[in-house]
Amino acid sequence: MEIEKLKEIAKRVRIKILKMCCLAKSGHPGGSLSSVEILVSLYFKLMDFSLDKKDRDRFVLSKGHAAPALYAVISELGIIEEEELWKLRRLEGKLQGHPSIETPGVEISTGSLGQGFSASVGMALGYKLDGINKYVYVLLGDGECQEGIVWEAAMAAAHYKLDNLIAFVDRNWLQIDGHTEDVMGLEKIAEKFRSFNWDVFEINGNDFEEIIKTVERAKNMRNRRPKVIIAYTTKGKGVSFMENNVAFHGKPPTDEQLKQALKELGELDG
Amino acid sequence: MVRLTGIYKGMRKAYGETLVELGEKYKNLVVLDADLSSSTQTAMFAKKFPERFFNVGIAEQNLMGISAGLATTDKIVFASSFAMFAAGRPWEIIRNIIAYPKLNVKIVATHAGITVGEDGATHQMTEDIAIMRAIPNMVVIAPSDYYHTKNVIREIVEYNGPVYVRMPRRDTEIIYENEEEADFKIGEGKILRDGEDLTIIATGEEVPEALRAYEILKENNISAEIIEMATIKPIDEEVIKKANDFIVTMEDHNIIGGLGSAVGEVIVKEGLNKRVLMVGIPDVFGKSGKAEELLKYYGLDGESVAKRIMRELKNG
Repeated sequence: MEIEKLKEIAKRVRIKILKMCCLAKSGHPGGSLSSVEILVSLYFKLMDFSLDKKDRDRFVLSKGHAAPALYAVISELGIIEEEELWKLRRLEGKLQGHPSIETPGVEISTGSLGQGFSASVGMALGYKLDGINKYVYVLLGDGECQEGIVWEAAMAAAHYKLDNLIAFVDRNWLQIDGHTEDVMGLEKIAEKFRSFNWDVFEINGNDFEEIIKTVERAKNMRNRRPKVIIAYTTKGKGVSFMENNVAFHGKPPTDEQLKQALKELGELDG
Repeated sequence: MVRLTGIYKGMRKAYGETLVELGEKYKNLVVLDADLSSSTQTAMFAKKFPERFFNVGIAEQNLMGISAGLATTDKIVFASSFAMFAAGRPWEIIRNIIAYPKLNVKIVATHAGITVGEDGATHQMTEDIAIMRAIPNMVVIAPSDYYHTKNVIREIVEYNGPVYVRMPRRDTEIIYENEEEADFKIGEGKILRDGEDLTIIATGEEVPEALRAYEILKENNISAEIIEMATIKPIDEEVIKKANDFIVTMEDHNIIGGLGSAVGEVIVKEGLNKRVLMVGIPDVFGKSGKAEELLKYYGLDGESVAKRIMRELKNG
């Protein structure tokens, strides 16, 4: 798929994220917006994820609070109905605040940080055991890497030589209480993964070309080492007043701000 | 016929042996351990099926996370460690990515209860029934002896969903003649002795102690019904409803949240006019000591329980 086309999808996904968080009056727009290019690249370009097939590429949203981004993407694909988006986090709706296995396309419940990553190691291990030649992709938040289980899982993935596991760290430098390096420093995160015997790539995580090129490179390195892509992103990406603004980690924009945001994203023009 | 045989054998040995047996039958059965395989006895499976055994090292959170992931790829997963580290340490991970998605992971914990002995309080898991029972979708089981354990493991393989099994470290007294007699079905309590004066409901390694108490009570002309309650969740409500009006529960577990509480919940829910004496660890941390000494110290051996019952009956 053309990059221009992916950009259009990303724009629609961003609009959906904002609308659904505003309707729900809660949710995590900041970290959803930062990961849009990664999710769109995976679902529209890189993965073979036919849900009825046992041998499919899988995606685990370990940073489960970015659920709105995942829901928006899978609604674009028709896996869930768009109507459901507008009932996010409501008792009458199906979409949970954090991903539940009952939602089609969700491989495992996530949201309690670090656990999805650990489960993705189990999935990749299961694929190896069955000789299934597909990939497991997993997206972690940067703050999430403060969880101990992340490093237990990282150790295990290298130990089991899982070159079918491709992780992303959404490195947007912000977590609920502030800048990651003020709360609990993560640097040098790339070096940490390297010392855990992972192959490490560092890219602009809001750039489609870089994401696609890097994943394709990582896929072709069947060298018995897991891969991690440190994706430097902008929290709140795409909306000027939300970018790098930690206030929007777990809070949606107001109605007035939503209007402004949609205008910036060009919805009112088109 | 159930009886105290005087023969002692480890439930965890039965677990290891049964895993090997089931490994032959189920090619999608995998076993994980966290550096305790020689103690939990999963090492037997590891030796026979090294390609289906994963030792994740001393990392129990990841033990549960990887187990969950493997279960999503159509594996029957057995994850083992000591009860303290299998139930306590990774509890929230079990809750969120094993029980919530109802994955087919069997958590089989050894070294449960006070009788872990000399290692002391940090290793004596006396809250696992309580915390595992509180998780929706979770089945909680404590087998009664070596033969019974074999049937418990065989039965849970057939059940698709998360299960927690606890067993002790020590060799416990065999009460069944053979495997055929030690039948087990999830959710079914079993009457081992009929009696009219009271009902003792016991679980796990306390079942042989209940039989010991029965003999002493009988000598004193007290007729006790003995119920083996191997499945603590879902609990057999019918057998509780039919029990005598004075019930004594026996478990190597804190009296808060365990078998006694589960029995009490049924009585309250049904509005039954029954009284429950809960025998267990009285909401304290344990101490180092020999298993048998500790059972006596906390009043969990058959003789102490029988004496306590006789005192209660006199006062009642």
